[in-house]
Amino acid sequence: MSRGAPTQERTVQVFLPHRAGLPRLTTYFATLWSRRHFAAELSSATMRAAHTNTFFGQFWLVISPALNAAVYFLLVNVIRGGSAGPDFFMHLLAGLFAFNFIQTVMTNGADSVVKGGSLVLNTAFPLLLLPFSALRTAFFRFLPSLGILLAFFIYFDYAGPHSQECSQATGACFDLNTIHFSPVQLMAIPAFLLIFVFAMGLSALMATVQVYFRDTTQLLPYATRIWLYLSPVLYFADQMKPWMLKFEVFNPLYPLLGVWTDTLIRGTMPPLTWWLGSAAWAFGTLILGTFWFISREREFAVRI
Amino acid sequence: MIDEEDDTLIPKIAERKISEDIAVSVTELDVTYRTTFEKRPTLKQAVVRLGRGKRSVKTVEALKDVTFEVQRGTVLGIVGHNGAGKSTLMRTIAGIVPPTRGRIEVAGRTSTLLSLGVGFNRALTGRENIILGGLAAGLTKEELEERYERIAEFADIGDFIDMPMRSYSSGMGARLAFSVAVHLDPDILLIDEALSTGDAVFKEKASQRMMELVDNSSTMLLISHALRTIINMSTECIWLDHGKLMMQGDPEEVVDAYTEFVHVKKTSAAMNDM
Repeated sequence: MSRGAPTQERTVQVFLPHRAGLPRLTTYFATLWSRRHFAAELSSATMRAAHTNTFFGQFWLVISPALNAAVYFLLVNVIRGGSAGPDFFMHLLAGLFAFNFIQTVMTNGADSVVKGGSLVLNTAFPLLLLPFSALRTAFFRFLPSLGILLAFFIYFDYAGPHSQECSQATGACFDLNTIHFSPVQLMAIPAFLLIFVFAMGLSALMATVQVYFRDTTQLLPYATRIWLYLSPVLYFADQMKPWMLKFEVFNPLYPLLGVWTDTLIRGTMPPLTWWLGSAAWAFGTLILGTFWFISREREFAVRI
Repeated sequence: MIDEEDDTLIPKIAERKISEDIAVSVTELDVTYRTTFEKRPTLKQAVVRLGRGKRSVKTVEALKDVTFEVQRGTVLGIVGHNGAGKSTLMRTIAGIVPPTRGRIEVAGRTSTLLSLGVGFNRALTGRENIILGGLAAGLTKEELEERYERIAEFADIGDFIDMPMRSYSSGMGARLAFSVAVHLDPDILLIDEALSTGDAVFKEKASQRMMELVDNSSTMLLISHALRTIINMSTECIWLDHGKLMMQGDPEEVVDAYTEFVHVKKTSAAMNDM
């Protein structure tokens, strides 16, 4: 919305009823882009506010994933009697951190509009900025965990077990430790971008659902826990039973986390079908989520 | 349900030639919205209601066929009973709630002060809320930085500006909100009952600033239940009753008609803030 200027040239805004639920999209996205600083500012202010009364303050952004890693290290290597090996541990960490990112996006995204409160009621702005702000927050919480991943990666690459196991019969040998830096790891960037796009759609989707069905945030912890167990995070994809694999076509995280962990941890190029599946899920969810949100947005002011 | 007619929630910016001296033009405006019975729709209630065959969604006809125009530089007072549709009208003019039917044209930028602690997140500091409020309303970071000092000074809350807003009194919150709203240099300022918690000094400052805006050809729409305020501050007045526009005209006359209609004597209690 531009300022009114002196008498001769005033910009007139016209408000009319909607057509088929969607506003004029070019104007909507133009306004959304021009107010992106609001989303960024809201996200960073929220993150600052979250830790103001704590002792460690912003360090929690690093401590939290480190503690997460420690808990799973305990589970995998100590309690389960770990002969699981460094590649399993790294796979677990990478998958878990990415999964946590998605889980945070879903939870914060769901709350973003209903807790927008007076901002939603009293200011006219594209509300899609709210779930996108939650997405930014989740992303900045995810970044320090990459640091933890890198630290462990370096450790295993240089200090991890480097012996080989050779078969008596065939004489073929293989490395006990497959954690090595390689150029294929650069493909983890587009892999993460696909996860990010998927999360963008999810945040808008969850925000809309929560407005109409306030039980969503109550059910989310259980739904995401089950989703975690059904995704190749706590185990490798090739360890899944055949009957489970059949259902994995319905699980977006199967290809999305698959390309992420394969490129980042194993340093191998995943099959093209996984890339295509990831892209389909990512962009499909983005389009569905954002368009549904935008078409319902005008009701939010009167439903919260 | 919402009528499918034409265009957009986010305003279609048009170089239109509505009459040069008109700031707001409302034509045959209907606003109907659906809302749920329960503030927090839960699964249990949905199941229970389904079982009983009752709808959990209610249709509210907030505004019915409202038509009026506001000239530039006018202070328009809006009176009416609780639930008459005054706040809905403000929100529709501000572009927050879209019309179900009809058309609204607004010349220039609006700035809203629509409820206590407007647009604000209480966990954040006053400073952060000023920045967020300005950014949400469409100011750029540069414009905000330029105005920040004036906003802080006008609000006059001292060091509290860097403390979380949950530690503010309601008056301080209102002052901050008001300060942000008037410093957005709006062409049209929409105020809904936002002055009632200010102290005497602030009220004086606030009305002075509002008059300055009006003198600079800004337009103001003011909702207040303090009818004396409406009479003193408005140059024109409209009266809404159950979503319908009953009268538009001179503030004294409209207030007279309104008080007579609702059978209320013009006592001190009726005319002023308590």
